[in-house]
Amino acid sequence: MSSTTLSMTPDHATHDHASHDASSTTKLGFWVYVMSDCLIFAVLFATFGVLAGNTANGPAGHDIFSLPYVATETMLLLLSSFTFGAGMLSARSGRRAPVLGWLIVTLLLGATFVGMEIHEFAALIHDGTGPDVSAFLSAYFTLVGTHGLHVSLGILWLGVMLHQIYHYGLDEVVMRRLSCLSLFWHFLDLVWICVFTFVYLREFV
Amino acid sequence: MFGKLSLDAIPFNEPIIMGTLLVVSILAAALLGAITYFRQWGYLWREWLTSVDHKRIGTMYIILALVMLLRGFSDAIMMRAQQAIAASGNAGYLPPHHYDQIFTAHGVIMIFFVATPLILGLMNVVVPLQIGARDVAFPFLNQLSFWLSVVGAVLVMLSMFVGDFAATGWVAYPPLSELGYSPTVGVDYYIWSLQVSGLGTLLTGINLLVTILRMRAPGMNLMKMPVFTWTALITNVLIIAVFPVLTATLALLTADRYLGMHFFTNEAGGNAMMYINLIWVWGHPEVYILILPCFGAFSEIIATFSGKPLFGYKSMVYATASIGILSFFVWLHHFFTMGSGANVNAFFGIMTSIISIPTGVKLFNWLFTMFRGRVRYHQSTLWTIGFMCTFAIGGMTGVLLAVPGADFVLHNSLFLVAHFHNVIIGGVVFGSLAAISFWFPKVFGFTLHEGWGKASFWCWLIGFYLAFMPLYILGFDGMTRRMNHYDNPDWHPWLVVAFVGAVVIFMGILSTLIMFFVSVRQRHENRDLTGDPWNARSLEWATSSPAPFYNFAVIPTITSLEQHWENKVTGHAYEKPDHYEPIHMPRNTGDGFIIAAFSLGLSFALVWHIWALALVSLAAILVTFVARTYNRNTDYYVPASEVARIENERFARLATITQVVPPSLRQHEAA
Amino acid sequence: MDFVRVTLPSMYGFCCWLVCAQPRQQSMHIAPNQHMRGLPPSNAACPMRQHPSHHVRISGDQSHRVRLPPLRWATLGVTSLLAGCHLVLFDPRGDIGMQERHLIVLALVIMLSVVIPVIALTLFFFWRYRDTNKNATYAPNWAHSTAIEVVVWGIPCVIVLFLSVLIWGTTHKLDPYRPLTSNTSPVKVQVVALNWKWLFIYPDYGIATVNQLEIPANTPINFQLTADSIMNSFFIPRLGSQVYTMAGMQTQLHLIADEPGVYRGMSSAFSGPGFSDMHFQVKATSDADFRAWVASVRHGQGDLTHDAYLALARPSSNNPPTAYAQVDNGLFEQVVNQYPSSMSGMPGMHSAMNRAKE
Repeated sequence: MSSTTLSMTPDHATHDHASHDASSTTKLGFWVYVMSDCLIFAVLFATFGVLAGNTANGPAGHDIFSLPYVATETMLLLLSSFTFGAGMLSARSGRRAPVLGWLIVTLLLGATFVGMEIHEFAALIHDGTGPDVSAFLSAYFTLVGTHGLHVSLGILWLGVMLHQIYHYGLDEVVMRRLSCLSLFWHFLDLVWICVFTFVYLREFV
Repeated sequence: MFGKLSLDAIPFNEPIIMGTLLVVSILAAALLGAITYFRQWGYLWREWLTSVDHKRIGTMYIILALVMLLRGFSDAIMMRAQQAIAASGNAGYLPPHHYDQIFTAHGVIMIFFVATPLILGLMNVVVPLQIGARDVAFPFLNQLSFWLSVVGAVLVMLSMFVGDFAATGWVAYPPLSELGYSPTVGVDYYIWSLQVSGLGTLLTGINLLVTILRMRAPGMNLMKMPVFTWTALITNVLIIAVFPVLTATLALLTADRYLGMHFFTNEAGGNAMMYINLIWVWGHPEVYILILPCFGAFSEIIATFSGKPLFGYKSMVYATASIGILSFFVWLHHFFTMGSGANVNAFFGIMTSIISIPTGVKLFNWLFTMFRGRVRYHQSTLWTIGFMCTFAIGGMTGVLLAVPGADFVLHNSLFLVAHFHNVIIGGVVFGSLAAISFWFPKVFGFTLHEGWGKASFWCWLIGFYLAFMPLYILGFDGMTRRMNHYDNPDWHPWLVVAFVGAVVIFMGILSTLIMFFVSVRQRHENRDLTGDPWNARSLEWATSSPAPFYNFAVIPTITSLEQHWENKVTGHAYEKPDHYEPIHMPRNTGDGFIIAAFSLGLSFALVWHIWALALVSLAAILVTFVARTYNRNTDYYVPASEVARIENERFARLATITQVVPPSLRQHEAA
Repeated sequence: MDFVRVTLPSMYGFCCWLVCAQPRQQSMHIAPNQHMRGLPPSNAACPMRQHPSHHVRISGDQSHRVRLPPLRWATLGVTSLLAGCHLVLFDPRGDIGMQERHLIVLALVIMLSVVIPVIALTLFFFWRYRDTNKNATYAPNWAHSTAIEVVVWGIPCVIVLFLSVLIWGTTHKLDPYRPLTSNTSPVKVQVVALNWKWLFIYPDYGIATVNQLEIPANTPINFQLTADSIMNSFFIPRLGSQVYTMAGMQTQLHLIADEPGVYRGMSSAFSGPGFSDMHFQVKATSDADFRAWVASVRHGQGDLTHDAYLALARPSSNNPPTAYAQVDNGLFEQVVNQYPSSMSGMPGMHSAMNRAKE
């Protein structure tokens, strides 16, 4: 992405006609933001890798994780990426109603995912295996929780976008924001795949 | 209701702090009173606080930096005074609790709220002008970034009067910075001020990177980009790559302190060494973030005032890029003494010394830019020469510290303190002051007073050597940093000399302030009518001074690395276009300011555990942000007639000057 | 690696010759142990000659040279500036410190050979090409020269190549974990950094001291180090290298004192309000005196039980030097292991941990 940007000459449109937040510029900016967010997750993954063995007489991952439960969460999130993709396809063809439909499904899937995660966390804390028990649990709660926080923000954003689609229709600004949100949503999906693999699956291999 | 906050948080029994509070309150009251008396609130709000103009935001960054420089310097001179007194049984006048906060605050303020805003301010002012853009890619985000930086600075200042600041050293190593050993709110102030201002820095990094990649004038490919913009590009890449690491690291420390987690604690499997690794993964590139734009500024200055193009432009670009890449592979040199294996230490030592290759190349290139030039002794040239000599020494001592065997005895000594002040004062401070005197007329339309500028230079230069050469010697004499008092009489004379040096530096700071004052008073004599007071080379000098809010009435087409010089030589500079078109510009907005104000509430509430206020502030931030997405009226068109009016005034001014392009240029045009 | 063996010692020898061959060479012939040790440093003559390197022998006739070539003057200036004022790092009393002094001087000389000409050239060009000097050539468009570019990239590369070889060799040689070779069998000392004082345990003798380190001279000392809670750095400038002390971890350090004397020791990593007073005296004595001291401590008072340790570990500063006639067996290991399960994989501590187990 950036290499093509580096070599291309700037479009005159940026200066002469279109707005400063021209769609492509915004998308590039959002890409860069996502990359930087990726680094935050990289640090959290590295931290988790370092501390995963430090259970300090507390439980290890396989003592507390339920693979079917997490697999369900994973399916929900993967499905939400699919429905978001379907929504984007409808948006490109400019049909408002199916976009709203697909995005509402996406929102519900995301909300269920977050709900399940909150339930999982609450159960763990209730069982005396909260984040203050060991370095491993601190790293686990922080990594998974940060992802969950991102999904929650995504849901909030999705809610706002639903209203804006309803209010403004699929105009240029809404489309631009939708594509950024779509990028964000798929990115979170990708992060979750890594979480699922390196945090949960690892414990059962 | 008020969390941990009570009246006890205000240190009434500390005369130094209460005195400072009194002075700050009087000054603040006088300032606010004056604004009210002269009825400037409206102007301030419309033209500055709500501005999205990159030049205004850049200027405000630099003002923030200068104000914080005064605070950071007060800390410095208090430390120097303490160490000049507290010899051989004398406890000095600052108890450890206060002294420890002061050296922590000094480091934090100088790096995050002086050096960083200076660099961000300079990039903001110069980059869009140099690449022929009308603003940055995301003007609103730019405003938000700035006000977030201000919030960070306000939090640090607030910590002095309400509660206390971290007493841990500026990188706040755990376990000392954990709740068990630092139970007060000091470290929390540290965390939130860095988080908020760090977010601002990250957003600026993204903003400027996209600006440079997407908004260059037509024809300006990467190898036609001015060197300053190149250094800004690499710096912003570094910001984007490492500030998330800082954010994450501080967030983990926050989790330890607020949620009882165990990332860096001794107990329950935490690992403090991980923090030290992570903080330096951010910390080392950070120093290159600060120095690279200064390298860029020196390059522009030395070329301009030597009357020659920069020697080895391509070398300069590759050197900058390789410094950027190498800066990621050196962080372990901050803790050779942790007990890593000899192979690991040797690897990081060698990588660090390799960085001196591109840096050395830069020095040589500046040297050969002067070679066969016509060097004008402007104040910014003096800063540049002072920098080249001083930085050569600082670089050398840095490489010495990168030799693990030498670092085993020099680590954490005053030698180290002298080294990083050598590169930061000699590089970043000299660079920023040079850049300010160089680009000042472009923003304000008049040049700075030469005499006071040069006085400032000499005070800083002499003061620096007086203050820090003794510290090198003390390092060789086994004196460690951060000592509140000491019982070795051999150290005392050197510390007295260092104190004198700090006083001389203070005279340098005073001279700078007087320079601004005198220059504003004499602004009519020192008007820059051409827009090109130094007979300079790059694009920003092609527009008028002060640059109009839209920067360029007509976006230039680029055919040369030194477009403006090329135009002057070929006689195409200052050509009046046939017609003007409407210009698309962003509208001013108060949203950035408002969101930042709520962020201040949020951070303050988090520091003091006032959860209700924290929730309300967070909700307010989200609501303001969402509300902004419903505002469809964020930009407008400047009518062509308005552009024509402004430009006609400019050409009228130009017509009053007999010789816009210096005759020497015409000579070699003829030759 | 032949390059290392041949080039470095010869450069090293050259620099030492530059440094040491000064007119007042005669003090060289005084054997080190004939000097009064333990006197304040101001009584010592130029320390550069007082403690000739163990590695480089300087032939006598060079000392009679009166005229010095410019480079020698320059080096001499630097070193006499640094050494002439009896700075502790330039007046070490142990082999490690001595090697580190030589390393610092050598690295400085290598770098100064470029830095001084660069600074001189900067000032010269600045003066020579001032705009009022119309005699100087003005080449307003000259901005590229492949030859110069090659040279300006080449010079730093060569310097860094030299430095890299130097770094690789000395980092291995001076590795704090590397035991010193000596005919004398080493003395073990276990160091615990407490808030804010130092505890020294002599496991072979079953005694301990606080804020006072007694060691035999000319005997390698094997330090094992840890901290009770906050990180510190253990540093005796006159003997050489420092190493961090970290809670839950163990680091190692090997030092030797070449002669009896009293030296300062300190923490050199900030650790909180009591940090500035966290220093101790190192007394290096003859072997016989050391044995006598051990015996006297053993016959003295004080029993450092686990409970006594916990009381001692409470924050306090300016603790007077104390000795304990008895120490609980395995106290040091208990301190290291008081925090269960800290292990990890980042570069710094990974190796610290692994090597601690060796």
